[in-house]
Amino acid sequence: MTVGTDTGLQPRRKGLSRRQKRRLSRGAQYVVFVAAVVAFAAGADWGRLQNQFAQWDIAQQMFPDVITLALKNTVLYTLSGFVVGLALGMVIALMRLSSVGPYRWLAGIYIEIFRGLPALLIFIFIGVAVPLAFPGTEIVGGTYGKVALALGLVAAAYMAETIRAGIQAVPKGQMEAARSLGFSPARAMISIVIPQAFRIILPPLTNELVLLFKDSSLVLFLGVTLEERELSKYGRDLASTTANSTPILVAGLCYLLVTIPLGFVVRRMEAKAQEAVR
Amino acid sequence: MSRPEIDVKGLHKSFGDNEVLRGIDLEIGQGEVVCVIGPSGSGKSTLLRCVNLLEEPTKGQVFVGGTELTDPDVDIDAVRRRIGMVFQQFNLFPHLTVTENLTLPQRRVLRRDKARAARVAAENLARVGLSEKADAYPASLSGGQQQRVAIARALSMGPEVMLFDEPTSALDPELVGDVLAVMRMLAQEGMTMMVVTHEMTFAREVADRVVFMDGGVIVEEGAPEQVIGNPTHDRTRHFLSRLLDPAMADVEEDAS
Repeated sequence: MTVGTDTGLQPRRKGLSRRQKRRLSRGAQYVVFVAAVVAFAAGADWGRLQNQFAQWDIAQQMFPDVITLALKNTVLYTLSGFVVGLALGMVIALMRLSSVGPYRWLAGIYIEIFRGLPALLIFIFIGVAVPLAFPGTEIVGGTYGKVALALGLVAAAYMAETIRAGIQAVPKGQMEAARSLGFSPARAMISIVIPQAFRIILPPLTNELVLLFKDSSLVLFLGVTLEERELSKYGRDLASTTANSTPILVAGLCYLLVTIPLGFVVRRMEAKAQEAVR
Repeated sequence: MSRPEIDVKGLHKSFGDNEVLRGIDLEIGQGEVVCVIGPSGSGKSTLLRCVNLLEEPTKGQVFVGGTELTDPDVDIDAVRRRIGMVFQQFNLFPHLTVTENLTLPQRRVLRRDKARAARVAAENLARVGLSEKADAYPASLSGGQQQRVAIARALSMGPEVMLFDEPTSALDPELVGDVLAVMRMLAQEGMTMMVVTHEMTFAREVADRVVFMDGGVIVEEGAPEQVIGNPTHDRTRHFLSRLLDPAMADVEEDAS
């Protein structure tokens, strides 16, 4: 009997070893990947795709308007919404941390509602429902005001939670040190706690900016004049007049032109914050 | 001794069901240096934090410089300007430079102008021997340097009383001496000081009076040579023997 030499210290392998299994699994994944690429390349109608998405002359005629008008408006909408959201979010965050019960409840309700509703619904509400409900009222700033308000209302709910978390992440000793020096609670909050909170929440706030940047496309549903069009609306209009999808592709690239560097900045800041914690 | 600078009367403090202070009476005269010692959980830090009302006493009164802090109508921010506090964890403001740590409270709280605040800050940094660190950020300083900056920050407000909450407990042993030297200098200058500490050498040499606390009460108090050198209570003796010679302590049942 050959098995008799087995001491039991080295159990006999049954089937494949761990290394063999790993090699097999990786090989299978490569095979699937290559097959998918080949199938796509063979199946796609390249001429048609190029015709639809990469018409150089159409892309060319979009410039400079796509930058000077559309991208400019997208940035303007985003920034105004961000400013409104930040101001409102700060107020709501402080209400959420208040010792007065009703303030806390109100802030909590606001956050739940505006985090739960789709941004699109808010835009329709501001654009259609408010003018119908209160005839004669004008939201200051026209379309820009409406966008700032709609984006701001949504962003405030998210930012309030971020700011609250940031304030709570500042060590308690900071508030105590400030109070022991004679700062009033409000002054300690403004001079000592909030500046430190903002350092902590800079990455998530920048992320919020990226989200707003994309959400600004919802302006589409407010009904805007030619001069007020932003990237998505501009791309869509041109796509229908030229009966070609190239403008959509160009508009999309314009978004990425901003969001990818911003995302890079956020990751850098997060890495730096990690370092600071040691 | 005229009117005591710090006067604590019948102080009780509970956190929920946990009674941390069970009736503390303590008077500290002008220019007196009192060290509070005792095992952890004895309530000594809570007592100190009650003296500037960082903890709200459950019962009893606290007077500093004749003003009752426990009076609900007192302007607590105004009283706290006269009480400097130094924390175990330093609590410097990390987003400000050393100089800004010293000037911002003066400007915001005392409404001093920029030039005066800067002058006072420079004076106090020089007192703690850290003039060359004026533009550094706290994170770049050693623990001992941070604690000296924290002392300078408190001094910049011109306090009449200084409270120290285990100021050397978070420091590496070789850095303790610098901080104690600054505190000794303050004591010699006649500052009224209340110090919660485990530094028995400091207590013995610098303190006018040592207070031993255990279980939320003052067990024993008196001159340092008496309380530390020749304690009358078993609990004090026991605590001191464990503190001064930790390697010789026996394994004990937990009393709690």
